[in-house]
Amino acid sequence: MKNYRLQLMVCAGTACVSNHSLEIKEALEKEIQNHHIENEAQVVQTGCNGFCGAGPILVVQPDGIFYQLLKVTDVKLIVEEHLIKGRPVKKLLYTPPEEKTPIPKLSDIPFFAEQTLIALRNRGLIDPESIDDYIARGGYKALAKVLTSMTPDEVLNEIKISGLRGRGGGGFPTGVKWETCKKAHGDEKYVICNADEGDPGAFMDRSIIEGDPHSVIEGMIIGAYAIENVKQGYIYVRMEYPLAIKRFQIAINQAREYGLLGKNIFDKGFDFDIEIRRGAGAFVCGESTALMASIEGKPGEPRAKYIHTVEKGLWDKPTCLNNVETWANVPQIILRGGKWFASIGTGDVSEDPWGGSKGTKVFSLAGKVNNTGLVEVPMGITLRDIIFRIGGGIRDGKKFKAVQTGGPSGGFIPESLIDLPVDYEELTKVGSMMGSGGMVVTDEENCIVDMAKYFLAFTQAESCGKCIPCREGTKRMLDILEKITAGHGTEEDLILLEELSNAVVESSLCALGGSAPNPVLTSLKYFRDEYEAHVKGKTCPAHICRQLNVYKIDEKVCLEIGHGCDVCKKYCPDGAIIGERKKVHYIDPAKCGKCGACYDVCNFNAIYIE
Amino acid sequence: MGKLKIEDLDKIAESARKKISLREGAGKVKITVHMGTCGIAAGARNIMATFLNEIEMHNAKDIIVVTSGCAGLCSKEPMATIEYENQAPVKYIELNEEKAKKIFDEHVLHGKIVPEYALSIGSERIQ
Repeated sequence: MKNYRLQLMVCAGTACVSNHSLEIKEALEKEIQNHHIENEAQVVQTGCNGFCGAGPILVVQPDGIFYQLLKVTDVKLIVEEHLIKGRPVKKLLYTPPEEKTPIPKLSDIPFFAEQTLIALRNRGLIDPESIDDYIARGGYKALAKVLTSMTPDEVLNEIKISGLRGRGGGGFPTGVKWETCKKAHGDEKYVICNADEGDPGAFMDRSIIEGDPHSVIEGMIIGAYAIENVKQGYIYVRMEYPLAIKRFQIAINQAREYGLLGKNIFDKGFDFDIEIRRGAGAFVCGESTALMASIEGKPGEPRAKYIHTVEKGLWDKPTCLNNVETWANVPQIILRGGKWFASIGTGDVSEDPWGGSKGTKVFSLAGKVNNTGLVEVPMGITLRDIIFRIGGGIRDGKKFKAVQTGGPSGGFIPESLIDLPVDYEELTKVGSMMGSGGMVVTDEENCIVDMAKYFLAFTQAESCGKCIPCREGTKRMLDILEKITAGHGTEEDLILLEELSNAVVESSLCALGGSAPNPVLTSLKYFRDEYEAHVKGKTCPAHICRQLNVYKIDEKVCLEIGHGCDVCKKYCPDGAIIGERKKVHYIDPAKCGKCGACYDVCNFNAIYIE
Repeated sequence: MGKLKIEDLDKIAESARKKISLREGAGKVKITVHMGTCGIAAGARNIMATFLNEIEMHNAKDIIVVTSGCAGLCSKEPMATIEYENQAPVKYIELNEEKAKKIFDEHVLHGKIVPEYALSIGSERIQ
């Protein structure tokens, strides 16, 4: 690492940024170059200093000299006087108040400090129902830039340089998709925003729409301009997201009123408008061809993709479909440049668009972590950092078991792989996927077989039924899992389960069936011992599969603490509990139906699982 | 306002900034209630109503109340951010009516942070 004589810490907290601290950073860098001291002084972006009232703030280290309320015009003076002559500029100095604030700085809290905000840059800051708020934070500037100074090809090129890849799950390079659609024959084309987020435990897209709908709309307008011959865009969003729909509609109306949607946008001869299409909440409609069928008013079923949707999509016209988060990244890439975006993340995309994962990814962190919520992190961060630093570790000090990434189509990643860097290729290598960004954390109290059954039950119920492998295959797989969790599984079942999984993956029509077995396959791969415990030992190590549990009553607790309260007897549907008030109770194993009702109702924890 | 010209973007940005920036005299305090689905489910509407009631009861002036989306930390909702003139924003978590009233009395009216309900001070870093 290089040793610098001086470090200039420019505050990049949201308050300072809205007071132009990024422009000050640029001016500083330029001025430093002008004076040829780039080997002595380094400009660094920092988190919020907690003195937002005095921002933009600049701290010069190692002396800790604090400048406040800076303007771009002050930069020259600071560089010439302070950096070169060593004389701090007195009139710009600030003395932080002596007393310490009683609460921590936001930028010191790992949950926020470890995040890198691009798609979520306006989260919690703007009123999502006010277009003026969005414009105040630089909104629609990217559109203005595109329409005044860039050709469609230049826009496309910028997206290609950025290395942006589809955030909805597949990770297809956005630039390549746009380019194919652009080259496809036809003078009528469409762009679509896929907001049909349906993974259990995923809420990234919903939060982006609810918090910052204009960023998605601006991205779509820019995409339409770059692809050319696009006059109409659709947002496909599920009815289960009423607030998202409402805020989208308000945003579209406002954009129309300002002439940012409609005819002759910014008087540059470019027409484009967007309409919302509401889905009824079928999971399969998140699949591109099923989604387009649904927009056309047909049943939401996928089709075989011998011909891609970029050539023949909606109404057989070339159609470019991207996910909410993908579109939300576009304006920032245009404003800050593709190179800037590509500087974040892993790999190299300059030759091969699949060569790396660039920028950031939004994850919805759910399950057994302390901090559940919405996180945006640079690609390449490890799962450990997300779960233990940002997520604050496992709840109640329990032991981490696995993390399920990519929703019901993703896989379980065990503790041995927790230092895995998060990028498209790495996650696929271990049998999971980036998916849309759901991240469900499980601990020692979750049964992996039960979890796999849960996710498979979801995809089974959501299978549209058009192709046999998915409709029948997932059903049979679910039957086997139910058999195993009920304690009737055999070793042959495990072999059959694996075979069936592979067959469903290989032969399903769309990605729903093609990925539905992932939770089963990964859990079989990494947690085979748990399956074997169910099958051979007929026990569930996490005590979740009740049919495998043996319930017993601790006589001492029952009598001495509970005084034979008799509650369990009342709740037992099988009449398996023997005993009377004020006396010890027993469970008759021959009659016990293993429903666990007694275990749930006992107020004294006298009932335990052997 | 009718159709925008490109020059209008800066004008709108400037005037919107003035409207939301306490430094430029829009008000003395800004209360942001985070109202994504997560916040609303946890009771954010009630928090919003409490703040509005308090303003009315105290006949308080120079207070802006706005809504915004999810602040990211869904498990700690309902959340609100209070910005007092010339101070850094403070995020409060896991609010209820009672807490909101106390925060209003001490922080909104008198600029005194209520540390027991606060998560942190300051804002997030923008890449």
